Amino acid sequence: MRTMSTMRRLASAVGAFVLAFGVLGLASPAQADVVNPEMPFKISGNVQNKGEPIAGVTINLTGSSGYAATVMTDAEGKFTAGVPEKLADYTVTVDETTLPDGIAVIDNPATEFIEANVQTVTVGPGGRVTMNFFIGQGERHVTSMFDQVVQRLISGLNFGLMLALASVGLSLIYGTTGISNFAHAELVTFGAVATFGLVAVMGEGLLWLAIPIALVLSGVLGWGLDAALWAPLRRRGMGLVQLMIVSIGLSLGIRYTYQFFIGGKTEQLPGSGAERFNLFGSVSLSMIDIVSMGVSVLIIIVFAWWLSTSKIGKATRAISDNPSLAASSGIDVDGVVRIVWIIGSVLAGFSGILWAYFRPGIRWDMGGQILLLIFAATTLGGLGTSYGALIGSLIVGILVEGSSLFIPSDLKYVGALVVLIGILLFRPQGILGRKERVG
Amino acid sequence: MDFLGIFTSSISFIIAPTTIAYALATLGLALHFGFGGLLNMGMAGFMALGAYGYAIGILSFGLPWYLAAFVGIAASIVFALILGIPTLRLRGDYLAIVTIAAAEIVRLMLLSSAFGGLTGSADGLSGFNGPGGTVTNPTVGAGGFNDSNPIPPGDYGFVPFLDNERTWYLRIVGIVILAIAIFIVWRLVNSPWGRVIKGIREDEDAVRSLGKNVFAYKMQALIIGGVLGALGGLMLAFSTNVNSSVYVTSLTFFLWTALLLGGAATVFGPLAGSIIFWVLQAFLGLVFPALAEAGLMPFTTIQAAQIKYIIVGFALVLLVVFRPQGLFGNKKELTFVK
Repeated sequence: MRTMSTMRRLASAVGAFVLAFGVLGLASPAQADVVNPEMPFKISGNVQNKGEPIAGVTINLTGSSGYAATVMTDAEGKFTAGVPEKLADYTVTVDETTLPDGIAVIDNPATEFIEANVQTVTVGPGGRVTMNFFIGQGERHVTSMFDQVVQRLISGLNFGLMLALASVGLSLIYGTTGISNFAHAELVTFGAVATFGLVAVMGEGLLWLAIPIALVLSGVLGWGLDAALWAPLRRRGMGLVQLMIVSIGLSLGIRYTYQFFIGGKTEQLPGSGAERFNLFGSVSLSMIDIVSMGVSVLIIIVFAWWLSTSKIGKATRAISDNPSLAASSGIDVDGVVRIVWIIGSVLAGFSGILWAYFRPGIRWDMGGQILLLIFAATTLGGLGTSYGALIGSLIVGILVEGSSLFIPSDLKYVGALVVLIGILLFRPQGILGRKERVG
Repeated sequence: MDFLGIFTSSISFIIAPTTIAYALATLGLALHFGFGGLLNMGMAGFMALGAYGYAIGILSFGLPWYLAAFVGIAASIVFALILGIPTLRLRGDYLAIVTIAAAEIVRLMLLSSAFGGLTGSADGLSGFNGPGGTVTNPTVGAGGFNDSNPIPPGDYGFVPFLDNERTWYLRIVGIVILAIAIFIVWRLVNSPWGRVIKGIREDEDAVRSLGKNVFAYKMQALIIGGVLGALGGLMLAFSTNVNSSVYVTSLTFFLWTALLLGGAATVFGPLAGSIIFWVLQAFLGLVFPALAEAGLMPFTTIQAAQIKYIIVGFALVLLVVFRPQGLFGNKKELTFVK
């Protein structure tokens, strides 16, 4: 995702330059390799890679009424072809096999998702048109489909594990208290913001210390929210809808408090621009990706062990199943819920730190950006089931990252949201949920 | 510090076009939630469709502005149908998540460069109200909303409502639409239809056992409220450019704040809530930076401008906890049933 967007930016920067150059080029078409000069109208263009002209690239032109021509770029990367008609469409194709190895025509942002090496131009009333091919590292056309799929899968797994840390917390809280906690996004942001603040105070070298302290602070925040807000509301017996709207208000309040302190800009944690190294083919990873996936898996295993074997873990599951039965069999519901809030907040805080590296960057609304994905993951797995939330997160993560192979990357969250709606319609209890949960 | 200036600018928000837009959308929410018990968290999506439907109708299809306005309304009806047919059977908080996700899908689609030719993606759309049209197509937008203004150019009114003919035209159009909308909603909720809707809010199964088609009633409420949301979006589009960054989830949350402020199950609560919300927003948004500038508060003016949003959030919490029926609501008419 990261390389993709940098490539896009690079591509449009290159494109803008090439375009500017192309207009100048029109003024001096004499040096271009020219075919059909006797014809009345002209298509000319440039093929350049980051401002370097590429010579010897074969360009094929076809048009209506059987027009076809082949032209080769000159030493300045230019070509000109005479065409017989104006007010007509021509298809201009760059023969990618004649490009130097490892580069390819990349997408012009304006004509995204059509094959970028094939462009259709219209020769207008003026009788001449200039066109440009955007050349760069061949992210799309050179990388094999297999490599792309593997890269997306790894990326999706990384993203999914990060989501899982946030969604198991949300799911635990939902399971034990029934709250659809919109402020969970702010607990995610808190981990990253706290780490950023601590690093700013303690120095970049102490990142390894800042992260655990930030997690402890996340736990304190979770404890504080439960003690000051949620426990009293529980005691008042407030309805679920009211609790949900309270969480929305809380989310807004906390979110803008972050903006108050860190402003509207994006900040980076130390080491976020880490070097990427190649695994095989064009599949690459950074050290941070590996560490983040490893630690996520470790935490999830510990959490699952805690939930399934420890006394409090069992009590948590008992409360999720039936709070009144749990209370009457001697479980301290309020105490367990307090612990659930603490654990949920710590997990969310850690997921926020990973999200800060994955995005990359820290922003006041970074948690809000993935809140609906967290909801989607939790719902997909089955609201209130922790293992379901884990499975749901992995599916959502891979779906989001994988879908950008097929749909525009600025629509990749849409896929997950459509799945969220779909799952609520056809299997509202989710993958692992039980039917009676749905009232 | 210019207290008088801050005071008059804040007061002018009583009849600002934005306030009227909020009041319309909030009235829709009142019908959805306050009277019908439908937890619609996607009102921003309805507003976006109203505004974009109108702008695209003019810019891409060359419709006259009053027909384009119906495109926006039609889009919101279609959205309500698509949303409602499968989801109205879901429990309250599920419906909330579905609607919020659907509104986000609408926003992301409008933002995406995939449909940039139609929606202008991140830049949004402008120049559809005329006069003068757009740069690329000078004929488009001529004869638009602005050209239909019968008020001769000039400044009218008195401080704080001293404004030019365009602002006054916007206000008058807005107030007329709002007055009609409030009248219709008032008649609706006091009709047999309204009693069924309120019954559904209190106990769906009881109403069903009386032989009423609960789904149809809910769908009608969703559509009428959605159209009111689209009218709010239209009002915003009449007054300024449309941009997908306006129709974010926070907009929905602000509408909810205005709704709960005035009282969810009231007809005039949405109007009162929107006026209070905007006058306070304007006042706090001006007074804190002014205080910070005068050195009376220990933060920068940029920080001071954020305080109003923090206050909105925590005010929403306090409202729900301590006065769930709103300032003008009746505690007997419960607003949070389930």
